Amino acid sequence: MTNIGFVRSELIPAKPAPNRISGPMAWVQKNLFATPMDAVLTVFGMLFLLWIVPPLFNFVIGQAVGPSGTVEECRAVDAGACWAYIYNEMKFFIYGFFDIAEQWRPNIVFALGALLFVPLLIPKVPFKRVNAILFLLVYPAVSYILLAGGVFGLLEMPTQKWGGLLITLIISVVGITLSFPLGIVLALGRQSTLPVIKTLCVAFIELIRAVPLITILFMASIMLPLFMPQGTTMDKLLRALVGVTLFTSAYMAEVVRGGLQAIPRGQYEAGASLGLGYSQRMYFIILPQALKHVIPGIVNNFISLFKDTSLVYIVGMKDLLEAVKTKNDSALEWQSSNTATTGYLFAAMVFWIFCFSMSRYSIFMERRLNTGHKR
Amino acid sequence: MTQTSQTTADQVQSAKKAPAIGTRPAIEIIGMHKWYSDFHVLRDINLTVQDGERIVIAGPSGSGKSTLIRCVNRLEEHQEGQIIVNGVELTADLKRIDEVRREVGMVFQHFNLFPHLTILQNLTLAPIWVRGIPKVEAEATAMHYLERVKIPEQANKFPGQLSGGQQQRVAIARSLCMQPKIMLFDEPTSALDPEMVKEVLDVMISLAEEGMTMICVTHEMGFAHQVANRVIFMDQGQIIEQNEPEQFFFNPQHDRTKLFLSQILR
Repeated sequence: MTNIGFVRSELIPAKPAPNRISGPMAWVQKNLFATPMDAVLTVFGMLFLLWIVPPLFNFVIGQAVGPSGTVEECRAVDAGACWAYIYNEMKFFIYGFFDIAEQWRPNIVFALGALLFVPLLIPKVPFKRVNAILFLLVYPAVSYILLAGGVFGLLEMPTQKWGGLLITLIISVVGITLSFPLGIVLALGRQSTLPVIKTLCVAFIELIRAVPLITILFMASIMLPLFMPQGTTMDKLLRALVGVTLFTSAYMAEVVRGGLQAIPRGQYEAGASLGLGYSQRMYFIILPQALKHVIPGIVNNFISLFKDTSLVYIVGMKDLLEAVKTKNDSALEWQSSNTATTGYLFAAMVFWIFCFSMSRYSIFMERRLNTGHKR
Repeated sequence: MTQTSQTTADQVQSAKKAPAIGTRPAIEIIGMHKWYSDFHVLRDINLTVQDGERIVIAGPSGSGKSTLIRCVNRLEEHQEGQIIVNGVELTADLKRIDEVRREVGMVFQHFNLFPHLTILQNLTLAPIWVRGIPKVEAEATAMHYLERVKIPEQANKFPGQLSGGQQQRVAIARSLCMQPKIMLFDEPTSALDPEMVKEVLDVMISLAEEGMTMICVTHEMGFAHQVANRVIFMDQGQIIEQNEPEQFFFNPQHDRTKLFLSQILR
């Protein structure tokens, strides 16, 4: 009789994993030329890059006219991007028609914003609560006084004069910080068992979501004054802020609702059985988990809000993109075949930097918060 | 095997040594009915649980066992009859519901720990925010109960890093941190690997020994036999038999009970 059953007489200890083949050649083989199809795709990819990258490089850097260049250089036949134009018009792109002598005011607002906002983003920096209060309550008031003026001997600066990146940042920062909590409230309201609250929230969300942002901005700027008593004026910027915030909050509400639905009923029940009230359950147990699930969706909304700020040109405001467009069309002293392209390229780069930062930060946050489901 | 039966016998001894049952009713359920829309889940339930009494509810799945104990802390709403817990009648009044829930702990089949909080945070959340206990004190209590369930070293881990048995012991400790007068167990060992059932049952037995008022929905008949003062058998939303464990297991009256016992005790 041969032994047909194998039984281990003593347990063997774990061994280290076998060495994987590494080195550049192995990497190339594995990632670029694993199959004939891979090889074909790799070759086509390379050809595409060869076709697109050198001209792009030449335009943006190689043959570009640097910040200290002149318009004559920009008008040369083989000239690339005209960065001199951007450099010379930078103030308009950042501040719009804000009086040049008063531009230290937005500068302080920018600096203060960075000073308060950046530590808020870094988890290790202490005093988060104080920091948040300063950023959410004190900073807006200070910024408004600084920008609008009219008090403390500051020259009054009507919002019509604000423009460029300043407007883009104001609308997106205010829109993001207001639409996020509003969206959470709407999402919770939509799940409410109280019929009146639920109906109101559903009606608001469905109404706002079903209308393009342009329409909302139009309504806010043209229709709203018609309903108001004669003589009352509502600031254009304020109207745009309200429009953008309400619009984004409706989207935010649906994203948050998705997160709420992903939380098992047992979590609500465990909270309830411990005697935690509704708001405590939501604040300590449900929302931290729900929001973590939907970080990608939330950031998606932030990014689209940021880009949608350029729609405020509809109501006659000069955000970054509109400021660039205005100069492209009117800065005759910089007229050249590449001026407009350079202007738009600059606007695109600024938008991209902000959006990409948001995206990277959200990925960092996701990793950091990924404690719960770690196995 | 002899080792196990030895400890079991000891535990039976000590469980029976538990403080005498009080005469004050901890839970009174009178003529209670519940429907899930049109489905009549609980039909005319009448049950009084005395202070310090340990009750095991058994029965086939879908018989309404879980629903019944979930009505006791109003995770489920009943439509007719009365439920009085520690002298407080459960109605739609949220204040009363919270009052009852503070004094009634519950352990779930799937643990329901909060995955985004550490074990210690899981244990201190309710004492701090519901009872208003200072954080330091709440943490000391939490460590005390973690030691009781024999996993103090896991305090700073997250629930996802623990085994099922450890998670369920944390869940029991979490309820105990609120220092409840009554504990409800909803199939606490059903989701566990067989190897981990005992560690959870041991904790429950030691609780019983201290005279905690307990209602357990469980299929662990050995546990029921050891610990319960009374075993309740439910079928089709009704209590069809209740008796002392000895009588219940060895001299069941109802045919449905006999069938059930013959199927689970082989």
